[in-house]
Amino acid sequence: MENDRLLISHAPHIWGGFSTSKIMFIVVFALLFPTAAAIYYFGLYAIYIILTSIATAVLSEFVIKKLRKKRFIMDGSAVVTGLLLALTLPPRIPLWMVVIGVFFAIAVVKEAFGGLGYNIFNPALAGRAFLSVCFPNEMTSWIIPPHFNYDAITGATPLNDNFTYYADKLSLYKDLFFGNRGGSLGETSVLLILIGAAILLVLRIIDWKIPVIYIGIVALGSFLMGKDILFQIMAGGLMIGAFFMATDYVTSPVTDNGRIIFAVGLGILTILFRNFSNMPEGVCFSILIMNAFVPLMDKYVRIKPFGFVRKKKNA
Amino acid sequence: MNIVIKKKRAFKGLSLPENKITAKKPIEILPVPDKVVIPLQQNLGAPCQFIVEKGDVVKTGQKIADSQSYVTAPIHASISGKVTRVIKVVNPVTSTMMDSVIIESDGEDNWVELNKLFDIKKSDDFSGLKKIIDSIDRNEIIKKIREAGIVGLGGATFPTHVKLNPPKDKKIDTLILNGCECEPFITSDHRVMLESGREVLMGLYIISKILSPQNIYIAIENNKEDAIIHMEKLAEKMGLASIIKIISLESRYPMGAEKTLIKTITGRTIPIGGLPMDVGVIMNNVATSKSVYEAVIEGKPMIDRIVTVTGAIENPKNLLVRLGTTIDRLIDSCGKTESGANYMIIGGPMMGISIVNTDFPVTKGMNCILVRKSRIPIEQNCINCGRCVSICPMKLMPLVYVRYVKRGDFEVCREYYIENCIECGCCSYVCPANIPIVGYIKTGKNQLLKVVG
Repeated sequence: MENDRLLISHAPHIWGGFSTSKIMFIVVFALLFPTAAAIYYFGLYAIYIILTSIATAVLSEFVIKKLRKKRFIMDGSAVVTGLLLALTLPPRIPLWMVVIGVFFAIAVVKEAFGGLGYNIFNPALAGRAFLSVCFPNEMTSWIIPPHFNYDAITGATPLNDNFTYYADKLSLYKDLFFGNRGGSLGETSVLLILIGAAILLVLRIIDWKIPVIYIGIVALGSFLMGKDILFQIMAGGLMIGAFFMATDYVTSPVTDNGRIIFAVGLGILTILFRNFSNMPEGVCFSILIMNAFVPLMDKYVRIKPFGFVRKKKNA
Repeated sequence: MNIVIKKKRAFKGLSLPENKITAKKPIEILPVPDKVVIPLQQNLGAPCQFIVEKGDVVKTGQKIADSQSYVTAPIHASISGKVTRVIKVVNPVTSTMMDSVIIESDGEDNWVELNKLFDIKKSDDFSGLKKIIDSIDRNEIIKKIREAGIVGLGGATFPTHVKLNPPKDKKIDTLILNGCECEPFITSDHRVMLESGREVLMGLYIISKILSPQNIYIAIENNKEDAIIHMEKLAEKMGLASIIKIISLESRYPMGAEKTLIKTITGRTIPIGGLPMDVGVIMNNVATSKSVYEAVIEGKPMIDRIVTVTGAIENPKNLLVRLGTTIDRLIDSCGKTESGANYMIIGGPMMGISIVNTDFPVTKGMNCILVRKSRIPIEQNCINCGRCVSICPMKLMPLVYVRYVKRGDFEVCREYYIENCIECGCCSYVCPANIPIVGYIKTGKNQLLKVVG
């Protein structure tokens, strides 16, 4: 050997190389599709919101890490949080509110709990919830996409009680699917959300169980309540919530059974919020509430290990 | 007659880059060294005591250490010469000190007299050989295996005579010869099958005489197609095709691990804390089988073995090495290490142990020396992604152990069946946060042993 000093390390000595930052990069890439829809439908101001959000997220994380005397790693998680939060905001929200929401998400929801991996709640959604409470008017002032057929749409987000649609059902579904409707920046185009989700599923970044079961339960619930199933699953933030928010690793369970319970809980809560609360939308709060149960599920929903034999009772 | 059966895996695990760069390299014999260092602890179970002293003159193959315990295997001089010193060597596996002797060669390699019953390299009279084997008493075979100091050569180094003599209440119906070699880089078993296939098969025949099982399998991963074909042809030629089945397995890590392999071949699940014999199976490594043949028919004790030297080195090789040869000699014979190589592993890249210096001798369980350039992993926070859970072949939740070992709650780890972990390394390999999960698990296991005693 060239040098007498050899390094010592734990087995295994090779590594797959699929790092946290790679995962975050792929998530950002997948999110670019709904982002494109946001910019296409809501114009230049959408870009301002998104850039403000991402910049604030990275900067806050950097500052907080320094205050906590921890190493700042550009692992991309702050970018994901910033982008996700931006996509859940109304299209004309003042930028200073964006800054407040993102700072809350990073400083309080994420870093105060110990940083990436230790946060209980999804930072982006908690940031959005914080803004909804602080600025209820701005957070519910929707616009319709400015350059599309005004005749067909009135009112605000489709799930509002006063939402009315004058054209036939098919073109309503078409508008919902392609994103020609009011709503948060990133939630409108089901098509582009599904393209992003497909990327995550194919690259095995996310598990199909949570989004599929979540959406399935909402569909089932809507059917049982006599609502329009397709309308219910395409309107509002269900799609982006199910594929991009509920599947957040840190705030979802690790075991298959845990994930199933988590998704069923999400579905039931969303149906309850949509039908019985005075809010038009329930995805954000459903996910935050179920987030709180994840530590419990990780503790009690276990896997039967290989070679597990139930202990015989002493008869 | 087609004796090759294809089987699909019965566990999750990983598909790893194989890097078997020495697969086509014939075994080379490393010249007899002028000095060997022979440690006392080379097997699982009780360590031996020396029966020679400083100044004694020994012959190659002479027994130099033994023990009264049942679970042990004697140790033999691997060269002829004089015992010059008794020193202490650090065992890299357990980090404890163990006594060792240094034998300095007289340059003649004088062997003890071997009682060779048959020459398999020269003669094709296999039915004659089988008759010889059939005529030896079962207990006599086991005694010969013990006296030759044979241990499991797959790495676990469990004394073979103990394994082949299971308690009476365990009915053994299946014998598996493990030639999977699922770890990347290592090719020693592969070469043994190709170059000493006759000895391997006759060793298997001897073991089957001891255990008389109904099913005999040779398990080989399908990345070693040449070995599968070779063993199939040999089995037919040697008249063993009627009793042996060769299992061609999907290449998947950790296929060669006892529990996953038995599950894949027989469908039986070894209970937590159990042994293969609990489900009626005995498994041996192909190299062990070869050694059994040499012990029983040629009277040759365990004094050498095949070691793959590979990785960031000029000329990777498969070497036949006398036990006790220091690692630097093996490295030297394979040329220069690449610049920046500062990391050396005994065993494969997934389960091997990195060593501090190259003075350490080759021991019975050492199948590979891997030279690498370092990668300094930066451990990040666990992001709860669940990859370790989804690939664990033992269906454990590895991330949980990290959490509780960090806190010092070792007892909680037991609730999650930490002792069921086979330390295959799949979890660390896939971890995006680069956490040395297996390191934490080993710490947890050790702490639990200390607590319980």
